[in-house]
Amino acid sequence: MRWMKWNCGIRTLPIALLACAIAAPAAGQETTPAMLAAAAKEGKVVWYSSIDVKVSELIAKAFRADYPNIQIEVERSGSERVFQRINQEYQSGIKNVDVVNSSDASHFIYWKQQKWLAAHTPPDVKRYPAQFKDAEGYYAGWRATLSVMGYNTTLVPAKDAPTGYLDLLDPKWKGKLVKSHPGYSGTSLTGTYAIVKALGWDYLEKLSKQGVQQLQSTTATPKSIASGERAVMVDGNEYNMFIEIDAKSPVAIIYPKEGTPFVTSPTAIFAEAPHPNAARVLQNFLYTAKVQQLAVNEGGTRSLHPDVKDPPGRTPLAQIKILPDDPATMLPLVADIKKRYTALFGN
Amino acid sequence: MLSSRAATRSRFVDWTAPFAIALVLLLAALVLLPMFRLLMTSLTGEARQLTLEHYHQLFADPAFVKPLLTTLWTSAAVGVLCVLAAAPMSWLVSRTDLPGKRLLRTLILASFVTPPFLGAFAWVLLGGPNAGLINQWYYALFGLKPFEATPLINIFSAGGMVFVMALYTFPYVFTFVANSLDVIPSELEEASAILGAPAWRTALDITLPLVMPALLAGFLIAFLQSMTLFGTPAILALPAGIDTMTTKIWSLFQFPPQLGLAAALSLPLLLITVLLLRAQSAIMGRRGYSVIGGKSTGTRLIRLGAWTIPALALFAFVLGSSIVLPYGVLVRTAFVKNWSGPVVGNLSLEHWRFVFFEFSQTRLAFQNTFVLGIAAATAGTILVTTVGYLSLRKLVWGHRYLGFLATAPVAIPGIVLAVGLFLSYTQPPFVLYGTLSIIFLAYLTKELPVGYQQIGASLKSVHPELEDASRIFGATRLRALFDITAPLIRNGVIATWIFIFIGSIRELSATILLFTARTKTISVTMFDLRESNDWGPIAVLSITMLLITFAMILLINHFTDRRLT
Repeated sequence: MRWMKWNCGIRTLPIALLACAIAAPAAGQETTPAMLAAAAKEGKVVWYSSIDVKVSELIAKAFRADYPNIQIEVERSGSERVFQRINQEYQSGIKNVDVVNSSDASHFIYWKQQKWLAAHTPPDVKRYPAQFKDAEGYYAGWRATLSVMGYNTTLVPAKDAPTGYLDLLDPKWKGKLVKSHPGYSGTSLTGTYAIVKALGWDYLEKLSKQGVQQLQSTTATPKSIASGERAVMVDGNEYNMFIEIDAKSPVAIIYPKEGTPFVTSPTAIFAEAPHPNAARVLQNFLYTAKVQQLAVNEGGTRSLHPDVKDPPGRTPLAQIKILPDDPATMLPLVADIKKRYTALFGN
Repeated sequence: MLSSRAATRSRFVDWTAPFAIALVLLLAALVLLPMFRLLMTSLTGEARQLTLEHYHQLFADPAFVKPLLTTLWTSAAVGVLCVLAAAPMSWLVSRTDLPGKRLLRTLILASFVTPPFLGAFAWVLLGGPNAGLINQWYYALFGLKPFEATPLINIFSAGGMVFVMALYTFPYVFTFVANSLDVIPSELEEASAILGAPAWRTALDITLPLVMPALLAGFLIAFLQSMTLFGTPAILALPAGIDTMTTKIWSLFQFPPQLGLAAALSLPLLLITVLLLRAQSAIMGRRGYSVIGGKSTGTRLIRLGAWTIPALALFAFVLGSSIVLPYGVLVRTAFVKNWSGPVVGNLSLEHWRFVFFEFSQTRLAFQNTFVLGIAAATAGTILVTTVGYLSLRKLVWGHRYLGFLATAPVAIPGIVLAVGLFLSYTQPPFVLYGTLSIIFLAYLTKELPVGYQQIGASLKSVHPELEDASRIFGATRLRALFDITAPLIRNGVIATWIFIFIGSIRELSATILLFTARTKTISVTMFDLRESNDWGPIAVLSITMLLITFAMILLINHFTDRRLT
């Protein structure tokens, strides 16, 4: 069949050259007019993301405003669910995802090992601190959040609020706690692992006896305490807490005295993305100072972009005791963490 | 008459037999292939060797035994609750002078078409122990404080789950019993009344035995329906740390799927259901009766008098809990910013704007849902009508298999069917995973029994004598079919289509394993939103889905003789 390839090659050489000329910028990093033209031809980009559904659509709206020729589809779910879906799809030969965002940074290590990712460094990422990006340019921290504690201020007076994880073992919190699930949420997984490192499984075992309501997403727990369904949240996205506070919901953030898990949430492009050019346009767009500032202001996230400022009223990162994430160490432990956790807290 | 039957058989066996064989093969492929793959997978170990290790693990590990027990007792409880509520309700509607019957029937139909998971969503908002509106009212009324006092209702419990399941399952029992009462001539009951028996005596001694088969069938369907539900336990029991079989299978199916275990876990379920179904047919099999030859005469209605009040109270409780309160809370949630806050100063169209102008999944989800619903309903109706006619008229060899195959999926929980389909259609030669086709197959298979039951009821009510009469006057069988049977079962066919359509657009338990990002349906989209507690958008989608469903029913009622309401 070799001759056939040859034959085709010769016959289609001019077209191939042309395609090369168009496709070449895709290998480059900046959003060039040629890349844009190719992206517009693809017409669409599919973004799997674990960020809160309303924040994700906010970003999508901003993208549509800048690139009306590229239709953006958002598929939002919990990080672990996103991971399962992509793996399930790839195992079945379905190539649907272009760009992925997950709060479980170990996913990117895994996907990179599988050689499923495309190397691409958005121009802005060059200025991001080295510890938040892959040395070979396969992914970089698009957003960060803290997995914070929180409470409902009408149900719990500020003076009685817990100050850290160990306080939650007090019998007075029995039946009042809510926690997200590391089997669903990447932030929860990263955060729960940080808690395990700091306090041991022993702590979680005691916590599981406190009648903790088990929700799935770290975007769900802040909504639960805002509605008053539970009084205190063991973990939840700091950004959802900011959103609730901006909406005047009766909630307050607690940065636990043992330390607050810091969760980096990278994005990456899939090597077999069905819309490779549009994927690069989106990826470049996501890391710009403008979008980063939008996510910070409206979505409450933390940014790793050097030009982005936290709005007034939010505690600066420098003043918070951080429990850093460690995806490389966590990766081989993930299945075990989920299993042990589920045995204690249920699904 | 016997000779006319014999003549029919000899004349038509030529073309009906191959056709029937083709149908048997089609149904077998649809129903048996996934189950065969399921069985094989449950018996296959890592190294592709034959093994019982999955079963061993299943029965040794309390993590699997407990969900099995939970599922059994909760389903039985739902069945009992449904019979207790639906039996008196259907009798009241059919035999007494209860006022507002039309409205009541309409509301029961509304609970029937309300997706159970949607009811579960609504009941989270109503019966959440602390923020749930009913508990808020309760706390406010008695000056209590959440967390300090015991809530009036804790919907996140096995009991809460049973209650909500029963609310949306009782219409099955009601329909069975009410249909049965409608076709049973009331002469026997009138005779009993004339002989001086009080109304309750007649109801217990005459009517009850007559509808017993329908009650049992109803109980069975309620049991099976609850056992196969995924959404309600996932929404109400999981947050309380309670697993049922379906949620357990779902969690085993998360990537990397433990297919062997999931398959092994689904087979005991299958077995139990098959046994129950055998028991049911043993009870009902000998009591087959066709009671209408022509049109039934009017029934004399029993006067309720002072009993009207408690009778209406029963309806108010059941329908209030299944329709009025849930719909009310969904509407409220859709139009306020914070669902648990007061309405005043909280009103907003924000969720509607979000769902219809920003949420990028909306259009695709609606499109997929409708394509699937229409395709499954149309294909399903054609299939069950053909199968039903051939098998119930015992026209061909293999009619037993046809009937069996069409009813078999009732024993297959949607989620189990989905595992089977997944196993069958993710590898060559049939790679359907990731397309709507695999979900279509799931819906078609899953709705076969409902459709078959529905069309079967219509067909059974038309006694073959009617066709035979027309044959005696010289009509061919096809002519008799079109002139006599078709007009009589027309409403049945339309009803079947609606039943399948409604069953399809609300399907969650099979879809949850088979969907991919491109093939999401509304139900799955809502389930995703639930995992992040986005109640506003969920309420908007729920209302939209309900409105479309009701519009469909009104439209179809307009074209039929309004039998449905």
